[in-house]
Amino acid sequence: MPKLTAKSATLLVLAALIAVTPFFFPSGYYYRIGALIFVNGLAVTGIVILTGYAGQISLGHAGFAGIGGYACALAPTHLGLHPSLAVVLGAVISGVLAYLVGRPILRLKGYYLAVATLGFGILVSMVLNNERRLTGGPDGIAVPELGLRGLLKDWGLDLTNGEFWYFFCGLVLLIGAWIALNLHQSPSGRALRALHGSEIAAGTVGIDVARVKLQAFVISAVYASVAGSLVALQNKFITPDVAGFMHSIEMVTMAVLGGAGSVLGAIFGAGILTLLPQALTVFAEYEQLVLGLVMMLVMIFLREGLLPSILRKLRGRGE
Amino acid sequence: MTLLSVEGLGIAFGGIKAVHDVSFKVEPGEIVSVIGPNGAGKTTLFNMISGVYQPGSGRVVLEGEDVTGMAPFRLAQRGMSRTFQNLQIFQNMTVLENAISGFHLQEKGPVLADLLHLPSSRRRARAADAGARKLLARVGLERAADREAGNLSYGSLKRLEIARALAMKPKVLLLDEPAAGCNAVETEEIDHLIAEVAASGTAILLVEHDMKMVMRISSHIVVLDHGEKIAEGAPAEVSRNPAVIAAYLGTEEGADADG
Ligand SMILES: Nc1ncnc2c1ncn2[C@@H]1O[C@H](COP(=O)(O)OP(=O)(O)O)[C@@H](O)[C@H]1O
Ligand SMILES: [Mg+2]
Repeated sequence: MPKLTAKSATLLVLAALIAVTPFFFPSGYYYRIGALIFVNGLAVTGIVILTGYAGQISLGHAGFAGIGGYACALAPTHLGLHPSLAVVLGAVISGVLAYLVGRPILRLKGYYLAVATLGFGILVSMVLNNERRLTGGPDGIAVPELGLRGLLKDWGLDLTNGEFWYFFCGLVLLIGAWIALNLHQSPSGRALRALHGSEIAAGTVGIDVARVKLQAFVISAVYASVAGSLVALQNKFITPDVAGFMHSIEMVTMAVLGGAGSVLGAIFGAGILTLLPQALTVFAEYEQLVLGLVMMLVMIFLREGLLPSILRKLRGRGE
Repeated sequence: MTLLSVEGLGIAFGGIKAVHDVSFKVEPGEIVSVIGPNGAGKTTLFNMISGVYQPGSGRVVLEGEDVTGMAPFRLAQRGMSRTFQNLQIFQNMTVLENAISGFHLQEKGPVLADLLHLPSSRRRARAADAGARKLLARVGLERAADREAGNLSYGSLKRLEIARALAMKPKVLLLDEPAAGCNAVETEEIDHLIAEVAASGTAILLVEHDMKMVMRISSHIVVLDHGEKIAEGAPAEVSRNPAVIAAYLGTEEGADADG
């Protein structure tokens, strides 16, 4: 058997899962959940770069998702941009904002980034809630149709709305994972992981620690922004909840639960945390309680995250 | 022009002078050893020279440029590299990746090329990979290349740090107790390696407790006691110096007892 690199193995597993899972869907509704998992997986892949590679924590990444989402709502109506270009505009704005927020903060050592991003997230959320004339306030705002499904239909590929978004988000997730995996083995990614291992040693080998942290922060902000855009376009509607504090926490939790150090692990975490609340509805009002308990147990007993821990156990048994 | 010139360097922690008014010079290809009892201030001196600590007083001049308190990554760009007494290994990486990290300044490039896995990015990474494997062979770690760095023995990690520092082809290399925790054979190997590196023109600033090694390979020796320079000179001179003998005999921990 030819030797599989970790990168191609991850991409193959991911592509296979995306392609095969629909055969087991009991109803069309599950395409929606699948697409949601992929979008969450995309945002969490950005967290892998920031937290898993570089060891930095952001508690405000939902703010970037909000910017990506509202770019798709506002840019087509106010600027006449096609929704696909609105995604790009949102990503650019998110990247620039991440640069401006991150630049002064990432020079400092310690947990300032967590605190500053917390403030940033709250700020975005407040603006979206309060600027009613522009954003529609807490009730949200309509988002125009992306239009790609119609195009595909003209080309002879007729997908239901659910199917289209499932495969489209799956494809974007694959691209996002490919980029994150490229980074992992590249000089830039090595610099990120080096500073995670030892900031002092990283400086000693010539890594401009503040600069590469900023790179990771900007890249991960773009991931969150694109994820926010996809949610908005799929739902054709968006509310400020997408930028809310809970959503920021959710992203970090998904990454850490699944295994922040590995792209596949983090996507796995996104899957679990997207599905679990659906499964836990049987616990009715205790749902949140059970969810919290599960996460605590994982963190206590499977410190590296679910997937890496499971793989390690399996490998250990194989030997 | 002098390669590295340390001029009246000093620092105090909470009013206690850890290093006070220390000066010396290092020329290309020299091995300058800094010795002194435990707690004399050797590591603190290294930390000031390499930009980890901001000196309270004095200057560090590298090739005529005042680099006092400059961030370590800028010093690295100017050709200064170091290892650490208490090991600063990237535990989250493999042995090979640790060595490759030493090539950062040579392998870094546009982040976009890295994200998209462009040929230019692959070329940079491949060159660093090849260089790192060569260095690992030089310190006897080639067979451990794919192991998690955290799983290596202490002596191996010491050599890995040296390999990482050498990857930068530094003009000045600061080694803080490179042979500590190594057995006699490993110490001998490190000894040879240091001499080899110096012979290729790299200046070496060395802290080492193995006096036989220090006496054998040093061009000259700076002796610290209680943060102050009490002697400086060729190995033979220093070992006869009464103040040096008194400093060593006067402390409970002998020179070889440091950890
Ligand atoms: N960051 C620090 N804060 C307070 N004291 C320090 C610090 N670094 C070093 N010292 C003190 O400086 C003195 C010299 O320590 P050090 O340079 O490690 O000695 P050596 O390397 O010669 O054994 C010691 O008394 C030590 O406790
Ligand atoms: Mg010391």
